[in-house]
Amino acid sequence: MAAAIGKVAKGKIMKHRDITLRTDLKLIADIIEPDSRVLDIGCGDGALLDHLTHNKSVSGRGIELSQKGVNQCVGRGLSVIQGNADTDLQYYPNDAVDYAILSQTIQATHSPRHVLEELLRIGHRAIVSFPNFGHWRVRASLSLAGRMPVTKSLAFQWYETPNIHFCTINDFFALCEDMNIKIAKTLFLDQKGQQKNLIFPNLTGQQAIFLLDRD
Amino acid sequence: MTDDNSLEIQIQDKSVTIPGKKVVFDEPMPLDSGIEIGPIEVSYQTYGSLNADKSNAIVICHALTGDQFVSETHPITQKPGWWAMMVGPGKPVDTDKYFVICSSVIGGCMGSTGPVSPDPKTGKPYGLNFPVITIGDMVRAQKRLVESLGIKKLFCVIGGSMGGMQVLQWAVSYPEMVFAAIPIATAPRHTAQNIAFHEVGRQAIMADPNWCHGAYLEENKVPRAGLSVARMTAHVTYLSEPALHRKFGRRLQDRKNLTYGFDADFQVESYLRHQGFTFVERFDANSYLYITRAMDYFDLAEEHNGMLADAFRDSPVRFCVISFSSDWLFPTSANREIVHALNAVAADVSFVEVQSDAGHDAFLLKEPGFHETVDGFIKGCAERWFNGRSDRKGGQG
Repeated sequence: MAAAIGKVAKGKIMKHRDITLRTDLKLIADIIEPDSRVLDIGCGDGALLDHLTHNKSVSGRGIELSQKGVNQCVGRGLSVIQGNADTDLQYYPNDAVDYAILSQTIQATHSPRHVLEELLRIGHRAIVSFPNFGHWRVRASLSLAGRMPVTKSLAFQWYETPNIHFCTINDFFALCEDMNIKIAKTLFLDQKGQQKNLIFPNLTGQQAIFLLDRD
Repeated sequence: MTDDNSLEIQIQDKSVTIPGKKVVFDEPMPLDSGIEIGPIEVSYQTYGSLNADKSNAIVICHALTGDQFVSETHPITQKPGWWAMMVGPGKPVDTDKYFVICSSVIGGCMGSTGPVSPDPKTGKPYGLNFPVITIGDMVRAQKRLVESLGIKKLFCVIGGSMGGMQVLQWAVSYPEMVFAAIPIATAPRHTAQNIAFHEVGRQAIMADPNWCHGAYLEENKVPRAGLSVARMTAHVTYLSEPALHRKFGRRLQDRKNLTYGFDADFQVESYLRHQGFTFVERFDANSYLYITRAMDYFDLAEEHNGMLADAFRDSPVRFCVISFSSDWLFPTSANREIVHALNAVAADVSFVEVQSDAGHDAFLLKEPGFHETVDGFIKGCAERWFNGRSDRKGGQG
């Protein structure tokens, strides 16, 4: 689902001034301090950057795979380059931004571990959101039907999906531990796209949002 | 300083009067080569009106064989302006809102000082006594023009190909004078391949006996064959293989069978010959040598110990870089180099690779997504630029 932000969660739409934001993006926006510098990787049509620019006086930059997305962003007055997380992050200097955001994209990168390293090199903090492959519907599809899951948040057949590196919430915790990354905050969304304090997030969380710090 | 509404230019063996404005700077201008040239003349056209606080000016930089006639019928070829689809009322570069300036480059042959101009020392055309100029020198002359119009800061500088090089030069040399820059289908330096193609063109001109070692004007001759071959070679580099195939394939020109000779059997041959033939009627051979040389010498990183990013360090300019997927003369990779250098110094940059099979010349066409990008970027910039000013609309008011 790289650069296909609009296709992920169809949760509650929040209206803020004249900008409508998907719930997970609104949750990410809430984490970000006003007046900070942000790099949004896989920024889609620029909804989050636009919101942050207008409502939190954030200085924002974006990277987006699709020409259409970049055109929409540029038309909104945002500074966005056409590129992708695997190949273009290397050109950004250390500490370029306060927050590097990778929303619903890490599972589509070739080297998620390397991308994560890059996020925390460029940003003081990183915000990563991804669909949870440990969600019960995914497990049920595999274990009961014996088929690769096609759900609302994972809407592709196995042979055409851009998602090549799926992980569960617990996998992501393990990777962060392995990489000595400090987890400052976690948020989980249920299958309706609502943020919930889930007891078993790895089973009932459909999406996760992690705020990461350098160790 | 003078400012007329018509100017006389020398095209090959004839003198032609064309419409347009001209400004003369008596004070000599220093060149990158270390010598000075003067007085210099700059011919230009403007579209739209300058607003009260002179904040709505856009400079358009033309390419190798372009000129100041951006958006009107060309006085010599009678064809529409080379960027008429991009520039005009309601177009992405909207002349209802902006004051558009386009000057012909120095070294050229459309009214600005160049090898056809009289050398003040001899009264005869400069010919090869004209000093070798650079992209930096072209922009230096444009800066004089802009200042002579009382404009302190340009809202935007835009151009493709060699025009894109000038846009980059503007942003690097005079960042305080540029709010937004749109370099299109360009490169931070001329590559060995770029130089090689230009050298073929120059050698074709110089091999023509009518070139007379550059003194053809005095000899009343025109190196038509040489200049024409130079144009034909260059023209191939402006197109892509798919574009050539789509236009011509292996189709024959006005005949059913091959002639087993060296006539223009193929449509593509006929087309190229026509391109060469018409080009010599509007362009000067020595200008072609000088301008291609200026492009060859272009290397933005050179002054910064080879570090392109350093050329852009602390730049306040907002950039929008645009490339075309089938352009192999100034490919996306060359444009991306600019973007990566800007990223490395955290400059404000947007970048789009427009999907097109038209090759380098796509920047002259209305490819899907291209004009939308320019339009969106300019509108986004206008919001920021005019919001801090008294004239909020940035229009003619």
